[in-house]
Amino acid sequence: MAARANIDVERLLAHYRTMARIRAFEEAAERAHQEGHVKGAVHLSIGQEAVASGVCVHLQREDLITTTHRGHGHTIAKGADTGAMLAELLGRASGTCQGKGGSLHIADFSIGMLGANGVVAAGLTIAVGAAHAVKLRGEPRVVVCFFGDGATNRGPFLESLNWAKIYELPVLFVCEDNGFAASTRTRAMSSGPGPHARAESLGIPARTIDGNDVAAVDEAAGELIERVRAGNGPQFLLARTYRLKGHTASDLGAYRPAAEVEARKAHDPLKHAAEMLKVSGVADETIIAIDGEARAEIAAAWKSAFAAPWPAAEIAFTDVQDMRMSSWR
Amino acid sequence: MAVMSYLEAGKAALAAEMREDASVWALGEDLGRGGVFGQYRGLVDEFGPARIVDTPISEATIMGAAVGAALLGTRPVVEMRFADFALCAVDELVNQAAKARYMFGGQGRVPLVARQPIGMWRSSAAQHSQSLESWYAHIPGLVVVCPFTPADNYGLLRAAIRCDDPVVYMEHKDLWAMTGEVDEAADLPLGKARLVREGSDVTLVAWSGVLRAVEAALTLLADGPSVEVIDLRTIYPWDRDRVLDSVRRTGRLLIVHEAVATGGFGAEIAATVAEELFGNLKAPVRRLGAPRIPIPYSPPLEEACKVSPAQIAETVRGML
Repeated sequence: MAARANIDVERLLAHYRTMARIRAFEEAAERAHQEGHVKGAVHLSIGQEAVASGVCVHLQREDLITTTHRGHGHTIAKGADTGAMLAELLGRASGTCQGKGGSLHIADFSIGMLGANGVVAAGLTIAVGAAHAVKLRGEPRVVVCFFGDGATNRGPFLESLNWAKIYELPVLFVCEDNGFAASTRTRAMSSGPGPHARAESLGIPARTIDGNDVAAVDEAAGELIERVRAGNGPQFLLARTYRLKGHTASDLGAYRPAAEVEARKAHDPLKHAAEMLKVSGVADETIIAIDGEARAEIAAAWKSAFAAPWPAAEIAFTDVQDMRMSSWR
Repeated sequence: MAVMSYLEAGKAALAAEMREDASVWALGEDLGRGGVFGQYRGLVDEFGPARIVDTPISEATIMGAAVGAALLGTRPVVEMRFADFALCAVDELVNQAAKARYMFGGQGRVPLVARQPIGMWRSSAAQHSQSLESWYAHIPGLVVVCPFTPADNYGLLRAAIRCDDPVVYMEHKDLWAMTGEVDEAADLPLGKARLVREGSDVTLVAWSGVLRAVEAALTLLADGPSVEVIDLRTIYPWDRDRVLDSVRRTGRLLIVHEAVATGGFGAEIAATVAEELFGNLKAPVRRLGAPRIPIPYSPPLEEACKVSPAQIAETVRGML
């Protein structure tokens, strides 16, 4: 376990709350998928919540993120409404994308979330482009690009890191290494010492941390985002974590020993944070209350999402192409 | 009216848009040195390297970065050098640029222009010569433009840059030096064909470089049938009304394009006319395009891919 960073109790409680909300959201999404209410694929980040919370706590509303197919956690931590997200999973009109995207394409531009993505590594090029525009216009905001370990074997990973460095763009790359590229261990398919070494080979400073320790993520992300904000160009964070669920909600993960998963559950980021809170003198009841509030929020969100209407059929034909001129700014 | 080459017209159009709108910028390999064909020469002096951006040979990221930058409200003009190289950026163009607005429920738009020079030119062989406009016409969300005249390259590039939808903009490499009058004050719309010549016997629809073969064929047909020639200009959305109105009058349709005939955009036009105007047709609809072979290097072999003026003239005569 990584050395415990100093973190005050209120801040840790806030992280615990964010992580509990993500966990409750994804457990509800998993159940809804299994019960057939959510038709499309759902990729759960259960066990990886500390990365989302520890990074996004440093972002302002106007800062930007891109994420992946496994992006519910980042989206919630950036500030998206869980009710609109659940409605999107259900394909309802009140979803973040009017039901046209689903879990794989959740986006919320109002909070600077530029989209999940169905294609591995596709978010990297979009993130550096957003950072390029930010720099071109001299804006103070930063871009955080979340991606998985699997993405580091795709060409756009090399291209985008190189691009960000040659133009010294305001972007933090966050590689959330959960050990698996779909059902294959990434380690078996990757040469060299790892993603951080690939970043360093391009001159991008990289830090490697225990991604299940939210205090460690908070500290490292804080330092790196500060550097990005100060105009020091792109930075790289490798957060080592573990995907406690399968690749999708319908993947039982039979390709890995059950004992391995059980052992990893001992280092669940929520459990880890709860232990730190207890050590700091926070009562069990406080933690249990936070869990309860998170579940209550998601239950209410679920109820409203379920009650929301389906999109009207004509919505299928909107926002395709209209050749409007010079209106998008 | 100024006389410009097709290349100068494209450069003037980009410069005009960049002067009027600070959010317009261009990115691609070698742009600071003028671009592979010189179509950006001198622009970096006026606009600086932050807006005329030299990039690495990273087509996927050139296109993907343009998507991210466009979602934020800038207007990137992407240079792919050759349409063939743009195939390294198909995910970014087809899965991201074309779909971002739709799959995010209209929250964002992607006003990028992807310049992809097409066509056979100086024995460029199989990986530097293709005309792939029909591929992109197939993708919901993309506008596809193939200008032929300098005036159209000026007006349509300006319109493409202003367009809030992603535009695949395909200039023909063999036309760079061709000169013509350009009305810089004209406002050209996307989606409208250009009537090249009125006629009453046969409607001939074509676009891009092959229109020169069409012009030569008209000379061969000088004392023959009356041919109405339509330059489609925008491949998608195509000017259905203009084409259907013409075929309704002539009863005969020939489509000519440089791209491989099989699955080319001519097939879409032919199918539409068959569906809409079957009863009006006086002859079977005809298509001329390249055979389905990779484009070879050797000049006499390359000729085998080109639609010739004689072939066009003979086909027209055979329809009467």
